[in-house]
Amino acid sequence: MNAFTFEQSAAAEDAARLVAARPGGMFLAGGTTLVDLMKVDVLAPDTVVSVRPLAISNIDVTDDAIVIGAGVTNSQLAWHPIVRDRYPVLSEAILSGATTQIRNMATVGGNILQRTRCPYFRDVQAACNRREPGTGCDALEGFNRGHAVLGVSDHCIATHPSDMCVALVILDAEIHSLRADGSTRSVPFPAFHLAPGDTPHLEVALAHGELITHVVIPHLPAARRSHYLKVRDRASYEFALASAAVVLDLDGETIRAVRLGLGGVATKPWRAIEAEHFMTGRTATDDTFRAAAEIALAGAVGREHNHFKIELAKRTIVRACADARDKEL
Amino acid sequence: MRTTFRVNNTTHELSVDARVTLLDVLRDVLGLTGTKKGCDQGACGACTVIIDGQRVLSCLTLAATCEGREVVTIEGLATAGELHPMQAAFLHSDGFQCGYCTPGQILSAVCAVQEVHAGVPSHVTRDVRQPVDAATLTDEEIRERMSGNLCRCAAYPNIVAAVRQVLSCRDASTVARGGDVEVRV
Repeated sequence: MNAFTFEQSAAAEDAARLVAARPGGMFLAGGTTLVDLMKVDVLAPDTVVSVRPLAISNIDVTDDAIVIGAGVTNSQLAWHPIVRDRYPVLSEAILSGATTQIRNMATVGGNILQRTRCPYFRDVQAACNRREPGTGCDALEGFNRGHAVLGVSDHCIATHPSDMCVALVILDAEIHSLRADGSTRSVPFPAFHLAPGDTPHLEVALAHGELITHVVIPHLPAARRSHYLKVRDRASYEFALASAAVVLDLDGETIRAVRLGLGGVATKPWRAIEAEHFMTGRTATDDTFRAAAEIALAGAVGREHNHFKIELAKRTIVRACADARDKEL
Repeated sequence: MRTTFRVNNTTHELSVDARVTLLDVLRDVLGLTGTKKGCDQGACGACTVIIDGQRVLSCLTLAATCEGREVVTIEGLATAGELHPMQAAFLHSDGFQCGYCTPGQILSAVCAVQEVHAGVPSHVTRDVRQPVDAATLTDEEIRERMSGNLCRCAAYPNIVAAVRQVLSCRDASTVARGGDVEVRV
């Protein structure tokens, strides 16, 4: 691990300024991504600014929204009684990822900013446009069984690893941030993560030194009928091969509205808007879900080892939607 | 840099390199070698400790971020020579073979039991809206809740038995009191 200067401050503005002032500066929250990647020399910040002392670890429930501090841990959010009651898909998504120890450390802000688990990104000997722009991508012709089939480019096919983000992308969440100059802004969740295109090193809509302070989820009564289904090689403690987050608003057997997110198969937390439009107004049958799944994966590009994900994702969508439909409220 | 935190009820004022993890401080500076270094990259759970009442991985925790915090390691679990109920249960159920993962397993299990008593759900909980009940908790739930601690000897059935023994202990307060470990959910 390279040497670095450790800084911390109790004021968010100071933390943002400390990072902004150093091109090699980074924020440290739970450490489950940053410390890990520093040990394997993928990340080598010269300044590390801990956000732990900042007072951004509360969950505030209002009549029309839930406001989640960026420093709230994954456990804190998944176990919160109001979150479990109003947004079961969010609790389920978080609880399906990692382990209790890691969820106790990892924060909401850090989960949103977590880096890909692509083995070529994690190996400094490999070619990786995301880690080192212009060096190529060893995953394209390499062992790409875990890689993405949606939102891919000829420069990068790395999967976005988060489960939590797949729930947040369908819940109209907004990411609020603070810039070093003290100004604030908010970005709708679907616009926050960037597909790789020809600039895979640009991952999120944040400037250097810009700090995520909180995430706001508006009240969404339909989310009581929601579900997260994760399919993976092991029953626990494994990343998704395919996952689906569903919010289903039913009027009898008719789908009044639906939201569908996909994980494990895309380069960013994926919302399947066209599939949602197709299902709206139709009867909530498995046939409808299957037709919607075909639409959701229409643009998928499989490679040597990950072709199976296209059919797997379709079946995951059908089962997730059916499970949400059959839930007893 | 200087940092001050408590380990097993003793305050330590340390001068450490910013790169040093809590795991390396515990083992190499404080001589508390009960906490084990397995993978050193957050995958195996052997380095599990309890910080401020929550089980976490000491290999991914920089010592510099522990300022003012309360750390409990396996050495801090027994009180006055009396084993913590979870330690006794691991002995009783033969919940280990080589023993390398055992300190992490035990600290993780102490917290897992408290999390169950607090009613919080896991990935395999059928309905996250309902609190879980310790009395009817399935083996599948125990396995899921302990999935962050790998055992290469595969002593899992006996580890599950040890956790269940403590879970079904009628006097839950005995567990909460054991070793004066305060677990926060």
